[in-house]
Amino acid sequence: MTVTEPTSRALDEIKIGGMGASRKRVEDNRFIRGRGHYVDDVVLPGMLHMEILRSPLAHARIKSIDASAAWDIPGVRLVLTGEMMATRNLAWMPTLSYDTQAVLATDKVRFQGQEVACVIADDPYIAKDACEAIVVDYEPLPVIVNPTQALAPDAPIIRDDKQNQPDNVCFNWEVGDRDRTDQAFADADVVSKIQLHYPRSHPSPLETCGSVADFDRATGKLTVYMTTQAPHIVRAAVALIAELPEHLIRIVSPDLGGGFGNKVPVYPGYVMSILASILTERPVKWIEDRTGNLISTGFGRDVYLEGEMALRKDGRILGIRMHTDSDHGAFFGDAQPSKFKIGLLHSAFACYDIPTAHLTARGVYTNKAPGGVAYRCSFRVTEAMFFQERMVQAAADDLGMDQAEFRRINFVRDDDFPHRTPFGFLTDSGQYEKCLQVGLDAIDYPGFLKEKEEAAKNGRLLGIGISCMTEPLGAGNSREYDILGIKMFDSAELRVHMTGKAILRTGAKTQGQGHETTWAQIVAHELGLPADDIVVEEGDTDTAPFGMGTYASRSTPVAGAAIAMAARKVKAKARKLAAHLLEVSEEDVEWELGRFYVRSAPDRGVTIQECAMAAYSNMPDGLEPGLEANAYYDPPNLTWPFGCYIATVEIDPVTGVWDVLRFVAVDDCGVRINPMIVEGQIMGGLTEAYAMASMQFITFDEEGNCIGSNFMDYLLPTAWETPGWELHEVVTPCPHHPIGAKGVGECATVGGPAAFVNAVMDALKGHGVRNVDMPLLPDRVYEAITERHDVSGAPPIRTDR
Amino acid sequence: MYPSRFAYEAPSSLDEAIGLLHQGAGEAKVLAGGQSLVPLIKLRFASPELLVDINRLPGLDTLDVAADGSIRVGALVRHRDLERSTDLARVQPVMAAAAPLIADPIVRTRGTLVGSLCHADPQGDWAAAVTAVGGHVVAQGPGGRRTIPIADFVTGPFQNVLAYDEVAVEAVIPAPTGQVAGGFLKLERRVGDFATAGTAVALELTGDRVSRAGIALTGVGSRTIDARAAADSLIGQVLSAQAIAQAADLAAEAAQPNSDHRGSAAYKRHVIHTFVTRILTRITTTSERAA
Ligand SMILES: Cc1cc2nc3c(=O)[nH]c(=O)nc-3n(C[C@H](O)[C@H](O)[C@H](O)COP(=O)(O)OP(=O)(O)OC[C@H]3O[C@@H](n4cnc5c(N)ncnc54)[C@H](O)[C@@H]3O)c2cc1C
Repeated sequence: MTVTEPTSRALDEIKIGGMGASRKRVEDNRFIRGRGHYVDDVVLPGMLHMEILRSPLAHARIKSIDASAAWDIPGVRLVLTGEMMATRNLAWMPTLSYDTQAVLATDKVRFQGQEVACVIADDPYIAKDACEAIVVDYEPLPVIVNPTQALAPDAPIIRDDKQNQPDNVCFNWEVGDRDRTDQAFADADVVSKIQLHYPRSHPSPLETCGSVADFDRATGKLTVYMTTQAPHIVRAAVALIAELPEHLIRIVSPDLGGGFGNKVPVYPGYVMSILASILTERPVKWIEDRTGNLISTGFGRDVYLEGEMALRKDGRILGIRMHTDSDHGAFFGDAQPSKFKIGLLHSAFACYDIPTAHLTARGVYTNKAPGGVAYRCSFRVTEAMFFQERMVQAAADDLGMDQAEFRRINFVRDDDFPHRTPFGFLTDSGQYEKCLQVGLDAIDYPGFLKEKEEAAKNGRLLGIGISCMTEPLGAGNSREYDILGIKMFDSAELRVHMTGKAILRTGAKTQGQGHETTWAQIVAHELGLPADDIVVEEGDTDTAPFGMGTYASRSTPVAGAAIAMAARKVKAKARKLAAHLLEVSEEDVEWELGRFYVRSAPDRGVTIQECAMAAYSNMPDGLEPGLEANAYYDPPNLTWPFGCYIATVEIDPVTGVWDVLRFVAVDDCGVRINPMIVEGQIMGGLTEAYAMASMQFITFDEEGNCIGSNFMDYLLPTAWETPGWELHEVVTPCPHHPIGAKGVGECATVGGPAAFVNAVMDALKGHGVRNVDMPLLPDRVYEAITERHDVSGAPPIRTDR
Repeated sequence: MYPSRFAYEAPSSLDEAIGLLHQGAGEAKVLAGGQSLVPLIKLRFASPELLVDINRLPGLDTLDVAADGSIRVGALVRHRDLERSTDLARVQPVMAAAAPLIADPIVRTRGTLVGSLCHADPQGDWAAAVTAVGGHVVAQGPGGRRTIPIADFVTGPFQNVLAYDEVAVEAVIPAPTGQVAGGFLKLERRVGDFATAGTAVALELTGDRVSRAGIALTGVGSRTIDARAAADSLIGQVLSAQAIAQAADLAAEAAQPNSDHRGSAAYKRHVIHTFVTRILTRITTTSERAA
């Protein structure tokens, strides 16, 4: 029997800008017209300006600070020093990792660029002049710029402010099964080893950090416009640190010019601007300069990794041992879930079927800026995946196996989900082998290997590098993930107006990801409202529901899910309204995109807009007026997108200069809400990956001077040298996410770097080199080629003046 | 990034500009393209009391490539003008090769060759190219005009020979007598980066033999290096593999690089060697030779 379906009157989802539509980014309307509204665009009546005096030395005792000349400069309203902060109990503040950080130095300075004093004046020029007039007498102390120095027996103690801190170790931590892993190594045919350094990098959002604090003595209300990716966490922190009542604190994060993890922590500048506004009773603006941003705010990485892989002759991985020494700078300020001291580094090897693993991690203090923020990745996941894929390549080489084949043998199979990783995570879905195959086909793997062989005959060095990874996104669930005790859920609030237009607010905070565009698409998908009819608002704690903000690719996995859930609640209520309008019982109402209809009479229906009107003008007896809902979403688990990145390179053997010939990216981030935005995120991520692999590092000389304090030293790639990206997709929906999405903002940054490095190392195969640490600057590659040894670490830079 | 307080004047005649500099008594600075001076002021590495903006001075924006092959580059000729000049490519390949390697398109639109010479950055590119071709700078002060060979013009890192009240009005490249050839190679980490190591080579050939040679290096010393011995070794020679190797050896020897985050001294020396070899080898393929 065949039933002819009545012609559907469902809306065309792509036309209304729903799921899958490559809708143009609505926020770009204002950005490309120069009409964005950033913190520095905030101008308030009577506003004063704050500038920070920073330490020129990396480690020194402060003998005295004489600010009298600064006070004498006309237009100076306030000078703050550590001593003055201390009288208010504000010289130190807690970090996101249960450590303390100096707001203004009192006893010592512990890194170059540390905040020593600040001046509040009528304009920023005066404030800067006054900073220069402050005389600080320093007594230099020995400087520590890497873990080896920090762990030396006679090393000076950096954190002598802390009780029970006998050395420079800030934590020791372990995870995994030590005994079983030892056994795996005892049983191994081959043991492969590698040592790496993931250099210190900086997220470098184009907009630096800043705030405008406005304390109103009359109302007792504190409003702070601030560059923050997590405004609600900041409100909580201000309430706790400054002991102000939470309902009288309003944090507004306006348009952000990028964040990349740099705008998660609470920085001294924010705190000082708040105190300055309270003391002066005037709004106080602080806009960090570029150097301040590069030398004092949250960096990424700076981890030394050591690992071993137990292997069977046939290529199966039996077990992994890893050890990390991470350099956290002077204050342990990692932004990460409190349970995990080295972030989610133990997410390494999640895409491989490995019986057992064990990780030990040690963190140290050094005389460098604090941070360890998750620079465009879930906490420490970039380091994890970089290590994983470098280790995998080394192991394949040691076994004499093809690198693609070695991965294929060890991948978790499609029918093996849910899968428990050796460190205890649960992955839910994926088609790893398919993704790899799509990538190998796209790059013509056999063809390239032939080309490489031919080229070698003419002394040319070609190489191919593969990097595959699945990374944990969307923290939490709340059982395991919290920051300072606040559980990592997220939220959405959807209000549909009478005419069917709507406003959506979430606890996330866009900083370039395009939430204003994609969030509306989720609502369009759920409710059939055209995306153009939905305005999205985030970042104002007075109006947005409580959420944990945007980082770690958590917005779509968590806030995005909350949006779908809120929309579903709205739909449930709309269904009641539809039943009322259609004069049938709710059970007889069916839904198609944009419209409820009577099951037995599909022609009889009402649009979602008609339901909205009824919610305010014609509601049934006993039904609350209005059409709105909120949802707090606590994810059942993390989401696990997969990426396969393949690079081919050619090295100039004479100079060590290398070029990317082609780059293929295969991303499986589950369902794609807006394919264009997804591709933009991947291209941006790959560009950052390329930058880290090829040119970026923040390094320090023996005296702790930061080399990388401006954009002539810390390099951002331009369109000129950035390779072209060839993007491919595979879609494996996330089984537990309401719309099947997995998150994608960071995959390419996380998985990308190893593809470049593996390609260069592949080209150098046979040169007696196992590893060159990033960045693969030509001189380092040249050294590997000519000296036939590894080039490791970011030591104090050579200066032979 | 807030500079210290300074005064600003934009005179409309050269005499007026010189007068202002004179009054400034060493505390005034000429502002040309601003691509080196403004960053210094912004970072408070320099705090001049007065900026004398020369951008309104008439007649300084002429790029004159004469029939005899001599070139005059006015003080307001931008890097971009040189990059786009087809005459320049014909007359002085080394200059044409250097132009597009300087900074990035935004900087090239504003920055000037003469400003670059005055700034005397040890990593600057123009001083190397102008040294290789044996150019000079014409300066004017209260006492009149004088001509200063480039070798005497740059006196040290970020130091030139100008008196505080002199304006460099143009750079002059003399007419070649032989057939011109040359090239410029620069190792940079990224577009817009200064040279890790850079090499300018300018030759004049009579028949197969080198009749004039200039080789200058940038990024590998505390100032632009005139690799005189390397250049002289080529005089009278045919560009044989042996002659090229000798010049490359001597150029690498002349380099005085430091080890830093851009690379070791040995590496930079090696790059200089490679660049000299590559430029000279390319010249031997006649297609690369200037007509
Ligand atoms: C991002 C960036 C990248 C760069 N990369 C490179 C590069 O790769 N290679 C390179 O060579 N350069 C590079 N530069 C520098 C650039 O080429 C400058 O334009 C050049 O060095 C200075 O020229 P200017 O006209 O801008 O001079 P200004 O900045 O105006 O002046 C520089 C100095 O020279 C003095 N001065 C200028 N003109 C005169 C004059 N006519 N008479 C007397 N004194 C004068 C000024 O007083 C000042 O001290 C870069 C600059 C930037 C900002």
